[in-house]
Amino acid sequence: MDALFFWIFAAVTVVASLLVVGQRNPMYSVLLLIVSFAALSGLYVLLNAPFMAVVQIIIYAGAIMVLFLFVVMLLNVRSEEDGAETRRPFDFGPGPRKFGAVLALVLAVQLIWALRRIAEAPFAPAAANAAEQTSVTAIGLRLFREYAFAFEATSVLILVAMVGAVILARRDPHAPTRKDQ
Amino acid sequence: MSAALIAQLVVIGFTFFMLLNSAAVLVLMERKVAAFIQQRLGPYRVGPWGTMQPLADIIKLMMKEELRPKSADAFLFYLAPILCATAAFAAFAVVPFGADTTFFGLLDEPVKLMAADVNVALLVIFAITSMGVYGIVLAGWASNSKYSLLGGLRSSAQMISYELSYGLSLAAVIMLAGSLSLREVVGAQAGYWHLFGVLPIPKWYVFLQPLGFFIFMTAGVAETNRAPFDFPEAEQELVAGYHTEYSSMTFALFFMAEYINMVTVSAVAVNLFLGGWHGPFLPEWLGWIWFLVKVFALLFFYIWMRWTLPRYRYDHLMEFGWKWLLPAATLNLLVTAGVVIWMGW
Repeated sequence: MDALFFWIFAAVTVVASLLVVGQRNPMYSVLLLIVSFAALSGLYVLLNAPFMAVVQIIIYAGAIMVLFLFVVMLLNVRSEEDGAETRRPFDFGPGPRKFGAVLALVLAVQLIWALRRIAEAPFAPAAANAAEQTSVTAIGLRLFREYAFAFEATSVLILVAMVGAVILARRDPHAPTRKDQ
Repeated sequence: MSAALIAQLVVIGFTFFMLLNSAAVLVLMERKVAAFIQQRLGPYRVGPWGTMQPLADIIKLMMKEELRPKSADAFLFYLAPILCATAAFAAFAVVPFGADTTFFGLLDEPVKLMAADVNVALLVIFAITSMGVYGIVLAGWASNSKYSLLGGLRSSAQMISYELSYGLSLAAVIMLAGSLSLREVVGAQAGYWHLFGVLPIPKWYVFLQPLGFFIFMTAGVAETNRAPFDFPEAEQELVAGYHTEYSSMTFALFFMAEYINMVTVSAVAVNLFLGGWHGPFLPEWLGWIWFLVKVFALLFFYIWMRWTLPRYRYDHLMEFGWKWLLPAATLNLLVTAGVVIWMGW
Protein backbone atom coordinates (compact mmCIF):
# COMPACT_ATOMS: atom_id res chain seq x y z
CA MET A 1 0.00 0.00 0.00
CA ASP A 2 2.74 2.43 1.03
CA ALA A 3 4.80 1.48 -1.99
CA LEU A 4 1.85 2.15 -4.30
CA PHE A 5 1.30 5.58 -2.81
CA PHE A 6 5.02 6.29 -2.99
CA TRP A 7 5.07 5.58 -6.72
CA ILE A 8 1.95 7.67 -7.33
CA PHE A 9 3.30 10.67 -5.41
CA ALA A 10 6.77 10.29 -6.88
CA ALA A 11 5.42 10.10 -10.42
CA VAL A 12 3.20 13.15 -9.89
CA THR A 13 6.11 15.13 -8.43
CA VAL A 14 8.48 14.33 -11.29
CA VAL A 15 5.95 14.72 -14.10
CA ALA A 16 4.57 17.99 -12.70
CA SER A 17 8.07 19.39 -12.25
CA LEU A 18 8.95 18.54 -15.84
CA LEU A 19 5.75 20.11 -17.10
CA VAL A 20 6.52 23.32 -15.17
CA VAL A 21 9.46 23.93 -17.48
CA GLY A 22 7.51 22.97 -20.57
CA GLN A 23 4.60 25.38 -20.19
CA ARG A 24 4.30 28.46 -22.38
CA ASN A 25 1.77 30.07 -20.05
CA PRO A 26 3.42 31.15 -16.76
CA MET A 27 0.10 30.70 -14.94
CA TYR A 28 0.11 26.97 -15.67
CA SER A 29 3.77 26.74 -14.66
CA VAL A 30 2.93 28.15 -11.23
CA LEU A 31 -0.02 25.79 -10.82
CA LEU A 32 1.99 22.74 -11.83
CA LEU A 33 4.68 23.70 -9.34
CA ILE A 34 1.97 23.73 -6.65
CA VAL A 35 0.87 20.26 -7.73
CA SER A 36 4.48 19.12 -7.49
CA PHE A 37 4.82 20.56 -3.97
CA ALA A 38 1.56 18.94 -2.89
CA ALA A 39 2.74 15.53 -4.10
CA LEU A 40 6.05 16.09 -2.31
CA SER A 41 4.11 16.72 0.88
CA GLY A 42 2.39 13.37 0.32
CA LEU A 43 5.85 11.77 0.29
CA TYR A 44 6.60 13.38 3.66
CA VAL A 45 3.41 11.82 5.06
CA LEU A 46 4.61 8.41 3.87
CA LEU A 47 7.91 9.08 5.68
CA ASN A 48 6.01 9.48 8.97
CA ALA A 49 6.67 13.21 9.03
CA PRO A 50 3.23 14.87 9.14
CA PHE A 51 4.69 18.12 10.47
CA MET A 52 7.07 18.45 7.53
CA ALA A 53 4.23 17.59 5.15
CA VAL A 54 1.96 20.31 6.47
CA VAL A 55 4.75 22.88 6.66
CA GLN A 56 5.66 22.06 3.06
CA ILE A 57 2.10 22.92 2.04
CA ILE A 58 1.84 26.04 4.19
CA ILE A 59 5.16 27.59 3.24
CA TYR A 60 5.83 26.46 -0.31
CA ALA A 61 2.45 25.67 -1.81
CA GLY A 62 0.60 28.21 0.33
CA ALA A 63 2.72 31.28 0.94
CA ILE A 64 5.47 31.34 -1.67
CA MET A 65 3.40 30.22 -4.64
CA VAL A 66 0.65 32.73 -3.84
CA LEU A 67 3.29 35.42 -4.17
CA PHE A 68 4.40 33.93 -7.51
CA LEU A 69 0.81 33.88 -8.71
CA PHE A 70 0.33 37.41 -7.48
CA VAL A 71 3.30 38.66 -9.46
CA VAL A 72 2.27 36.76 -12.60
CA MET A 73 -1.21 38.29 -12.37
CA LEU A 74 -0.01 41.77 -11.44
CA LEU A 75 2.49 41.98 -14.29
CA ASN A 76 0.06 40.15 -16.54
CA VAL A 77 2.90 38.13 -18.06
CA ARG A 78 2.00 37.09 -21.57
CA SER A 79 2.57 33.52 -22.58
CA GLU A 80 5.58 32.91 -24.75
CA GLU A 81 4.82 33.04 -28.40
CA ASP A 82 5.64 30.24 -30.76
CA GLY A 83 8.72 30.68 -32.86
CA ALA A 84 9.95 33.68 -30.93
CA GLU A 85 12.98 31.79 -29.73
CA THR A 86 13.90 29.17 -32.27
CA ARG A 87 17.50 28.25 -31.72
CA ARG A 88 19.65 25.42 -32.82
CA PRO A 89 20.43 22.96 -30.03
CA PHE A 90 23.62 23.74 -28.06
CA ASP A 91 23.59 27.33 -29.29
CA PHE A 92 23.70 28.87 -25.82
CA GLY A 93 23.96 32.46 -26.85
CA PRO A 94 25.32 35.26 -24.67
CA GLY A 95 26.24 35.44 -20.96
CA PRO A 96 23.27 34.15 -18.97
CA ARG A 97 22.92 31.03 -21.04
CA LYS A 98 26.58 30.10 -20.63
CA PHE A 99 26.31 30.68 -16.91
CA GLY A 100 23.17 28.56 -16.80
CA ALA A 101 24.87 25.78 -18.70
CA VAL A 102 27.76 25.74 -16.20
CA LEU A 103 25.32 25.68 -13.28
CA ALA A 104 23.37 22.82 -14.85
CA LEU A 105 26.60 20.87 -15.29
CA VAL A 106 27.58 21.44 -11.65
CA LEU A 107 24.13 20.32 -10.50
CA ALA A 108 24.32 17.19 -12.64
CA VAL A 109 27.72 16.28 -11.18
CA GLN A 110 26.45 16.86 -7.66
CA LEU A 111 23.37 14.72 -8.28
CA ILE A 112 25.40 11.85 -9.70
CA TRP A 113 27.78 12.05 -6.74
CA ALA A 114 24.90 12.11 -4.22
CA LEU A 115 23.02 9.26 -5.86
CA ARG A 116 26.13 7.10 -5.96
CA ARG A 117 26.67 7.64 -2.26
CA ILE A 118 23.08 6.61 -1.50
CA ALA A 119 23.61 3.43 -3.49
CA GLU A 120 26.70 2.61 -1.41
CA ALA A 121 25.04 3.28 1.94
CA PRO A 122 23.21 0.34 3.54
CA PHE A 123 19.48 0.71 2.99
CA ALA A 124 17.95 0.46 6.46
CA PRO A 125 15.24 3.00 7.26
CA ALA A 126 15.02 3.80 10.95
CA ALA A 127 11.29 3.25 10.94
CA ALA A 128 11.08 2.48 14.64
CA ASN A 129 11.91 5.94 15.93
CA ALA A 130 11.07 7.88 12.77
CA ALA A 131 7.77 9.13 14.18
CA GLU A 132 9.44 10.23 17.38
CA GLN A 133 12.28 12.03 15.61
CA THR A 134 9.99 13.99 13.31
CA SER A 135 7.54 15.12 15.97
CA VAL A 136 7.11 18.85 16.46
CA THR A 137 8.86 18.76 19.84
CA ALA A 138 11.87 16.89 18.49
CA ILE A 139 12.22 19.25 15.52
CA GLY A 140 11.94 22.28 17.80
CA LEU A 141 14.58 20.97 20.22
CA ARG A 142 16.98 20.10 17.41
CA LEU A 143 16.47 23.44 15.71
CA PHE A 144 17.14 25.54 18.79
CA ARG A 145 19.89 23.42 20.37
CA GLU A 146 22.05 21.62 17.84
CA TYR A 147 21.30 23.79 14.82
CA ALA A 148 20.67 27.09 16.60
CA PHE A 149 23.53 28.86 14.81
CA ALA A 150 22.47 27.74 11.32
CA PHE A 151 18.87 28.67 12.15
CA GLU A 152 19.75 32.19 13.31
CA ALA A 153 22.20 32.70 10.46
CA THR A 154 19.46 31.78 7.97
CA SER A 155 17.14 34.33 9.51
CA VAL A 156 19.80 37.03 9.13
CA LEU A 157 20.27 35.99 5.49
CA ILE A 158 16.54 36.29 4.86
CA LEU A 159 16.51 39.68 6.53
CA VAL A 160 19.35 40.84 4.26
CA ALA A 161 17.42 39.63 1.22
CA MET A 162 14.35 41.48 2.43
CA VAL A 163 16.24 44.74 2.98
CA GLY A 164 17.78 44.32 -0.46
CA ALA A 165 14.37 43.87 -2.06
CA VAL A 166 13.03 46.96 -0.30
CA ILE A 167 15.99 49.06 -1.45
CA LEU A 168 15.65 47.82 -5.03
CA ALA A 169 11.92 48.44 -5.13
CA ARG A 170 12.00 51.80 -3.36
CA ARG A 171 11.66 54.88 -5.46
CA ASP A 172 14.51 57.34 -5.10
CA PRO A 173 13.06 60.20 -3.03
CA HIS A 174 15.47 62.66 -4.71
CA ALA A 175 14.64 61.59 -8.23
CA PRO A 176 12.94 64.34 -10.21
CA THR A 177 9.21 63.76 -10.35
CA ARG A 178 6.95 64.76 -13.18
CA LYS A 179 5.86 67.83 -11.26
CA ASP A 180 9.39 69.17 -10.97
CA GLN A 181 10.18 68.99 -14.64
CA MET B 1 -16.65 -4.03 8.59
CA SER B 2 -16.29 -3.47 12.27
CA ALA B 3 -18.75 -1.39 14.25
CA ALA B 4 -16.11 1.26 14.94
CA LEU B 5 -15.42 1.70 11.23
CA ILE B 6 -19.12 2.06 10.44
CA ALA B 7 -19.48 4.61 13.24
CA GLN B 8 -16.51 6.56 11.88
CA LEU B 9 -18.01 6.56 8.38
CA VAL B 10 -21.33 7.73 9.79
CA VAL B 11 -19.57 10.60 11.56
CA ILE B 12 -17.78 11.59 8.34
CA GLY B 13 -20.98 11.45 6.30
CA PHE B 14 -22.85 13.38 8.95
CA THR B 15 -20.17 16.10 9.03
CA PHE B 16 -20.34 16.47 5.26
CA PHE B 17 -24.14 16.56 5.27
CA MET B 18 -24.29 19.15 8.06
CA LEU B 19 -21.74 21.37 6.33
CA LEU B 20 -23.79 21.30 3.14
CA ASN B 21 -26.89 22.18 5.12
CA SER B 22 -25.16 24.86 7.13
CA ALA B 23 -24.53 26.83 3.94
CA ALA B 24 -28.27 26.79 3.16
CA VAL B 25 -29.27 27.63 6.74
CA LEU B 26 -26.74 30.47 6.87
CA VAL B 27 -28.08 32.05 3.69
CA LEU B 28 -31.52 32.19 5.27
CA MET B 29 -30.07 33.35 8.58
CA GLU B 30 -28.12 36.10 6.86
CA ARG B 31 -31.19 37.37 5.03
CA LYS B 32 -33.39 37.21 8.13
CA VAL B 33 -30.87 38.88 10.44
CA ALA B 34 -30.12 41.53 7.83
CA ALA B 35 -33.83 42.17 7.44
CA PHE B 36 -34.43 42.55 11.17
CA ILE B 37 -31.44 44.85 11.56
CA GLN B 38 -32.89 47.01 8.80
CA GLN B 39 -36.44 46.79 10.20
CA ARG B 40 -37.71 44.59 7.41
CA LEU B 41 -39.24 41.12 7.51
CA GLY B 42 -36.96 39.33 5.08
CA PRO B 43 -38.06 36.28 3.11
CA TYR B 44 -41.36 34.93 4.47
CA ARG B 45 -43.32 33.63 1.48
CA VAL B 46 -41.73 30.25 0.87
CA GLY B 47 -42.71 27.93 3.68
CA PRO B 48 -43.52 28.96 7.24
CA TRP B 49 -41.47 32.03 8.23
CA GLY B 50 -39.56 31.70 4.94
CA THR B 51 -37.80 28.53 6.05
CA MET B 52 -38.06 26.90 2.63
CA GLN B 53 -36.34 29.86 0.97
CA PRO B 54 -32.92 28.11 0.74
CA LEU B 55 -34.55 25.22 -1.12
CA ALA B 56 -36.10 27.62 -3.61
CA ASP B 57 -32.72 29.32 -4.02
CA ILE B 58 -30.98 26.03 -4.73
CA ILE B 59 -33.58 25.03 -7.33
CA LYS B 60 -33.26 28.44 -8.95
CA LEU B 61 -29.47 28.19 -9.09
CA MET B 62 -29.59 24.74 -10.64
CA MET B 63 -32.06 25.78 -13.34
CA LYS B 64 -29.99 28.78 -14.42
CA GLU B 65 -27.92 28.69 -17.55
CA GLU B 66 -24.23 28.01 -17.26
CA LEU B 67 -22.29 30.81 -18.90
CA ARG B 68 -18.60 31.09 -19.65
CA PRO B 69 -16.94 34.11 -21.22
CA LYS B 70 -15.54 33.29 -24.64
CA SER B 71 -12.06 34.54 -23.80
CA ALA B 72 -11.91 32.73 -20.46
CA ASP B 73 -9.43 29.93 -19.83
CA ALA B 74 -11.88 27.03 -19.79
CA PHE B 75 -9.89 24.59 -17.66
CA LEU B 76 -8.97 27.06 -14.91
CA PHE B 77 -12.39 28.68 -15.08
CA TYR B 78 -14.02 25.44 -13.96
CA LEU B 79 -11.16 24.35 -11.71
CA ALA B 80 -11.42 27.49 -9.55
CA PRO B 81 -14.88 26.93 -7.96
CA ILE B 82 -14.07 23.24 -7.42
CA LEU B 83 -10.85 24.19 -5.59
CA CYS B 84 -12.72 26.69 -3.45
CA ALA B 85 -15.45 24.26 -2.40
CA THR B 86 -13.04 21.34 -1.85
CA ALA B 87 -10.77 23.41 0.38
CA ALA B 88 -13.77 24.64 2.36
CA PHE B 89 -15.02 21.11 3.04
CA ALA B 90 -11.58 19.59 3.63
CA ALA B 91 -10.60 22.17 6.25
CA PHE B 92 -13.46 21.06 8.52
CA ALA B 93 -12.28 17.45 8.48
CA VAL B 94 -9.92 17.92 11.42
CA VAL B 95 -12.32 19.97 13.56
CA PRO B 96 -13.79 18.04 16.51
CA PHE B 97 -17.34 18.96 17.47
CA GLY B 98 -18.03 16.89 20.55
CA ALA B 99 -16.56 14.64 23.22
CA ASP B 100 -15.88 11.00 22.35
CA THR B 101 -19.16 9.13 22.43
CA THR B 102 -20.38 5.53 22.34
CA PHE B 103 -23.74 6.56 20.82
CA PHE B 104 -25.79 5.68 23.94
CA GLY B 105 -23.75 2.55 24.64
CA LEU B 106 -24.29 1.24 21.12
CA LEU B 107 -20.56 0.80 20.60
CA ASP B 108 -17.98 -0.87 22.78
CA GLU B 109 -15.29 1.70 22.09
CA PRO B 110 -16.07 5.42 22.06
CA VAL B 111 -15.76 7.07 18.65
CA LYS B 112 -14.30 10.54 18.11
CA LEU B 113 -16.74 13.15 16.84
CA MET B 114 -14.55 14.39 14.01
CA ALA B 115 -13.79 13.24 10.50
CA ALA B 116 -10.04 12.77 11.01
CA ASP B 117 -7.91 13.00 14.14
CA VAL B 118 -4.58 14.46 13.04
CA ASN B 119 -1.95 15.40 15.58
CA VAL B 120 -1.04 18.56 13.65
CA ALA B 121 -4.68 19.53 13.12
CA LEU B 122 -4.18 23.27 13.54
CA LEU B 123 -1.51 23.38 10.88
CA VAL B 124 -3.64 21.24 8.57
CA ILE B 125 -6.46 23.77 8.79
CA PHE B 126 -3.98 26.56 8.15
CA ALA B 127 -2.57 24.71 5.12
CA ILE B 128 -5.93 23.89 3.56
CA THR B 129 -7.23 27.42 4.06
CA SER B 130 -4.20 28.76 2.24
CA MET B 131 -5.05 26.40 -0.64
CA GLY B 132 -8.53 27.94 -0.83
CA VAL B 133 -6.94 31.24 -1.85
CA TYR B 134 -5.99 29.67 -5.17
CA GLY B 135 -9.62 29.11 -6.05
CA ILE B 136 -10.35 32.80 -5.69
CA VAL B 137 -7.17 33.97 -7.41
CA LEU B 138 -7.66 31.56 -10.31
CA ALA B 139 -11.30 32.54 -10.69
CA GLY B 140 -10.16 36.14 -10.98
CA TRP B 141 -7.52 35.36 -13.55
CA ALA B 142 -9.30 32.72 -15.64
CA SER B 143 -12.44 34.83 -16.15
CA ASN B 144 -10.38 37.23 -18.26
CA SER B 145 -12.36 40.19 -17.00
CA LYS B 146 -11.07 43.37 -15.39
CA TYR B 147 -13.39 43.23 -12.40
CA SER B 148 -12.62 39.59 -11.71
CA LEU B 149 -8.88 40.14 -12.00
CA LEU B 150 -8.97 43.07 -9.58
CA GLY B 151 -11.06 41.01 -7.16
CA GLY B 152 -8.61 38.13 -7.36
CA LEU B 153 -5.60 40.41 -6.86
CA ARG B 154 -7.15 42.11 -3.87
CA SER B 155 -8.09 38.82 -2.35
CA SER B 156 -4.59 37.36 -2.63
CA ALA B 157 -3.00 40.52 -1.20
CA GLN B 158 -5.50 40.56 1.65
CA MET B 159 -5.06 36.90 2.50
CA ILE B 160 -1.26 37.09 2.45
CA SER B 161 -1.42 40.07 4.80
CA TYR B 162 -3.85 38.60 7.30
CA GLU B 163 -2.58 35.03 7.27
CA LEU B 164 0.46 36.15 9.28
CA SER B 165 -1.55 37.58 12.15
CA TYR B 166 -3.87 34.58 11.94
CA GLY B 167 -0.97 32.16 12.34
CA LEU B 168 0.65 34.16 15.17
CA SER B 169 -2.59 34.26 17.17
CA LEU B 170 -2.87 30.48 16.73
CA ALA B 171 0.71 30.02 17.93
CA ALA B 172 -0.04 31.67 21.29
CA VAL B 173 -2.85 29.18 21.97
CA ILE B 174 -0.64 26.29 20.86
CA MET B 175 1.94 27.34 23.44
CA LEU B 176 -0.64 27.49 26.23
CA ALA B 177 -2.08 24.09 25.39
CA GLY B 178 1.25 22.53 24.47
CA SER B 179 -0.32 20.68 21.56
CA LEU B 180 -1.22 21.11 17.90
CA SER B 181 -4.16 18.74 18.15
CA LEU B 182 -7.53 20.45 18.41
CA ARG B 183 -8.86 17.68 20.64
CA GLU B 184 -6.09 18.25 23.14
CA VAL B 185 -6.51 22.03 23.00
CA VAL B 186 -10.20 21.58 23.85
CA GLY B 187 -9.32 19.03 26.52
CA ALA B 188 -7.02 21.59 28.17
CA GLN B 189 -9.98 23.96 28.55
CA ALA B 190 -12.11 21.69 30.74
CA GLY B 191 -12.98 22.75 34.27
CA TYR B 192 -13.18 26.06 36.11
CA TRP B 193 -11.04 28.66 37.82
CA HIS B 194 -12.50 30.11 40.96
CA LEU B 195 -12.23 33.86 41.10
CA PHE B 196 -11.90 35.05 44.72
CA GLY B 197 -12.37 31.43 45.67
CA VAL B 198 -16.07 31.37 44.74
CA LEU B 199 -16.97 32.82 41.34
CA PRO B 200 -16.45 30.02 38.82
CA ILE B 201 -14.95 31.01 35.49
CA PRO B 202 -14.62 28.37 32.78
CA LYS B 203 -11.01 27.65 31.79
CA TRP B 204 -11.48 29.03 28.30
CA TYR B 205 -8.49 30.52 26.53
CA VAL B 206 -10.47 33.60 25.61
CA PHE B 207 -9.91 34.77 29.20
CA LEU B 208 -6.16 34.19 28.93
CA GLN B 209 -5.89 35.41 25.36
CA PRO B 210 -8.42 38.22 24.85
CA LEU B 211 -6.08 39.96 22.40
CA GLY B 212 -5.40 36.67 20.63
CA PHE B 213 -9.13 36.05 20.26
CA PHE B 214 -9.65 39.52 18.82
CA ILE B 215 -6.80 39.04 16.35
CA PHE B 216 -8.02 35.59 15.38
CA MET B 217 -11.55 36.79 14.71
CA THR B 218 -10.43 39.87 12.79
CA ALA B 219 -8.04 37.87 10.63
CA GLY B 220 -10.73 35.21 10.26
CA VAL B 221 -13.17 37.77 8.87
CA ALA B 222 -10.51 38.95 6.44
CA GLU B 223 -9.66 35.37 5.43
CA THR B 224 -13.29 34.57 4.65
CA ASN B 225 -13.70 37.83 2.72
CA ARG B 226 -16.60 38.98 4.85
CA ALA B 227 -17.65 42.55 5.56
CA PRO B 228 -16.08 44.87 6.61
CA PHE B 229 -13.17 43.24 4.74
CA ASP B 230 -15.10 42.08 1.67
CA PHE B 231 -12.87 43.80 -0.88
CA PRO B 232 -12.57 40.91 -3.29
CA GLU B 233 -16.25 41.36 -4.03
CA ALA B 234 -16.81 45.02 -3.23
CA GLU B 235 -19.98 45.39 -5.27
CA GLN B 236 -19.88 49.16 -5.63
CA GLU B 237 -16.45 49.04 -7.25
CA LEU B 238 -16.02 45.59 -8.75
CA VAL B 239 -19.56 44.43 -9.68
CA ALA B 240 -19.10 41.15 -7.80
CA GLY B 241 -15.33 40.76 -7.73
CA TYR B 242 -13.76 37.43 -8.52
CA HIS B 243 -17.06 35.66 -9.27
CA THR B 244 -18.48 38.31 -11.60
CA GLU B 245 -18.40 36.01 -14.62
CA TYR B 246 -19.77 32.93 -12.87
CA SER B 247 -23.36 31.78 -13.05
CA SER B 248 -25.53 28.88 -12.03
CA MET B 249 -23.86 26.12 -9.97
CA THR B 250 -20.30 27.37 -10.45
CA PHE B 251 -21.40 30.56 -8.72
CA ALA B 252 -23.22 28.48 -6.11
CA LEU B 253 -19.97 26.66 -5.30
CA PHE B 254 -18.23 29.95 -4.46
CA PHE B 255 -21.21 31.04 -2.44
CA MET B 256 -21.28 27.77 -0.54
CA ALA B 257 -17.52 27.83 0.03
CA GLU B 258 -17.77 31.27 1.60
CA TYR B 259 -20.40 30.16 4.10
CA ILE B 260 -18.65 26.90 4.92
CA ASN B 261 -15.43 28.82 5.52
CA MET B 262 -17.36 30.99 7.96
CA VAL B 263 -18.52 27.86 9.78
CA THR B 264 -14.97 26.49 9.88
CA VAL B 265 -13.46 29.70 11.23
CA SER B 266 -16.19 29.91 13.87
CA ALA B 267 -15.77 26.25 14.81
CA VAL B 268 -12.00 26.63 15.12
CA ALA B 269 -12.45 29.79 17.20
CA VAL B 270 -14.86 27.93 19.49
CA ASN B 271 -12.41 25.06 19.88
CA LEU B 272 -9.40 27.29 20.47
CA PHE B 273 -10.80 30.07 22.60
CA LEU B 274 -14.30 29.22 23.82
CA GLY B 275 -13.77 25.80 25.34
CA GLY B 276 -15.14 23.70 22.47
CA TRP B 277 -17.88 21.40 23.69
CA HIS B 278 -17.33 22.19 27.39
CA GLY B 279 -20.08 24.07 29.16
CA PRO B 280 -22.21 24.05 32.28
CA PHE B 281 -25.52 22.19 32.88
CA LEU B 282 -25.12 19.58 30.15
CA PRO B 283 -23.45 16.18 30.59
CA GLU B 284 -20.29 15.54 28.58
CA TRP B 285 -21.95 13.42 25.91
CA LEU B 286 -24.36 16.24 25.08
CA GLY B 287 -21.43 18.65 24.66
CA TRP B 288 -22.09 19.01 20.94
CA ILE B 289 -25.14 21.10 21.88
CA TRP B 290 -22.85 23.63 23.54
CA PHE B 291 -20.60 23.46 20.51
CA LEU B 292 -23.49 24.27 18.17
CA VAL B 293 -24.72 27.09 20.40
CA LYS B 294 -21.28 28.69 20.49
CA VAL B 295 -20.70 28.31 16.76
CA PHE B 296 -24.05 29.87 15.97
CA ALA B 297 -23.37 32.73 18.37
CA LEU B 298 -20.16 33.48 16.47
CA LEU B 299 -21.91 33.13 13.11
CA PHE B 300 -24.58 35.55 14.27
CA PHE B 301 -21.78 37.92 15.29
CA TYR B 302 -20.34 37.64 11.77
CA ILE B 303 -23.64 38.55 10.16
CA TRP B 304 -24.33 41.27 12.70
CA MET B 305 -20.97 42.82 11.88
CA ARG B 306 -21.66 42.77 8.16
CA TRP B 307 -24.78 44.86 8.56
CA THR B 308 -23.25 47.20 11.14
CA LEU B 309 -19.79 48.13 9.92
CA PRO B 310 -19.17 49.83 6.58
CA ARG B 311 -16.41 48.49 4.34
CA TYR B 312 -12.91 49.76 5.02
CA ARG B 313 -10.92 51.58 2.40
CA TYR B 314 -8.38 49.33 0.72
CA ASP B 315 -5.25 51.16 1.91
CA HIS B 316 -6.72 51.30 5.43
CA LEU B 317 -7.17 47.56 5.33
CA MET B 318 -3.53 46.99 4.41
CA GLU B 319 -2.32 49.52 6.96
CA PHE B 320 -4.44 47.92 9.68
CA GLY B 321 -3.20 44.45 8.81
CA TRP B 322 0.51 45.24 8.68
CA LYS B 323 0.93 48.16 11.07
CA TRP B 324 -1.52 47.24 13.84
CA LEU B 325 -2.66 43.65 13.74
CA LEU B 326 0.73 42.06 13.01
CA PRO B 327 2.67 43.97 15.72
CA ALA B 328 -0.15 43.27 18.19
CA ALA B 329 -0.07 39.56 17.33
CA THR B 330 3.73 39.46 17.67
CA LEU B 331 3.56 41.20 21.04
CA ASN B 332 0.83 38.82 22.18
CA LEU B 333 2.98 35.86 21.17
CA LEU B 334 6.09 37.20 22.93
CA VAL B 335 4.24 37.99 26.17
CA THR B 336 2.54 34.59 26.12
CA ALA B 337 5.86 32.84 25.52
CA GLY B 338 7.44 34.77 28.39
CA VAL B 339 4.60 33.95 30.77
CA VAL B 340 4.58 30.29 29.77
CA ILE B 341 8.31 29.99 30.51
CA TRP B 342 8.10 32.06 33.69
CA MET B 343 5.18 30.11 35.13
CA GLY B 344 6.54 26.84 33.83
CA TRP B 345 3.13 25.97 32.40
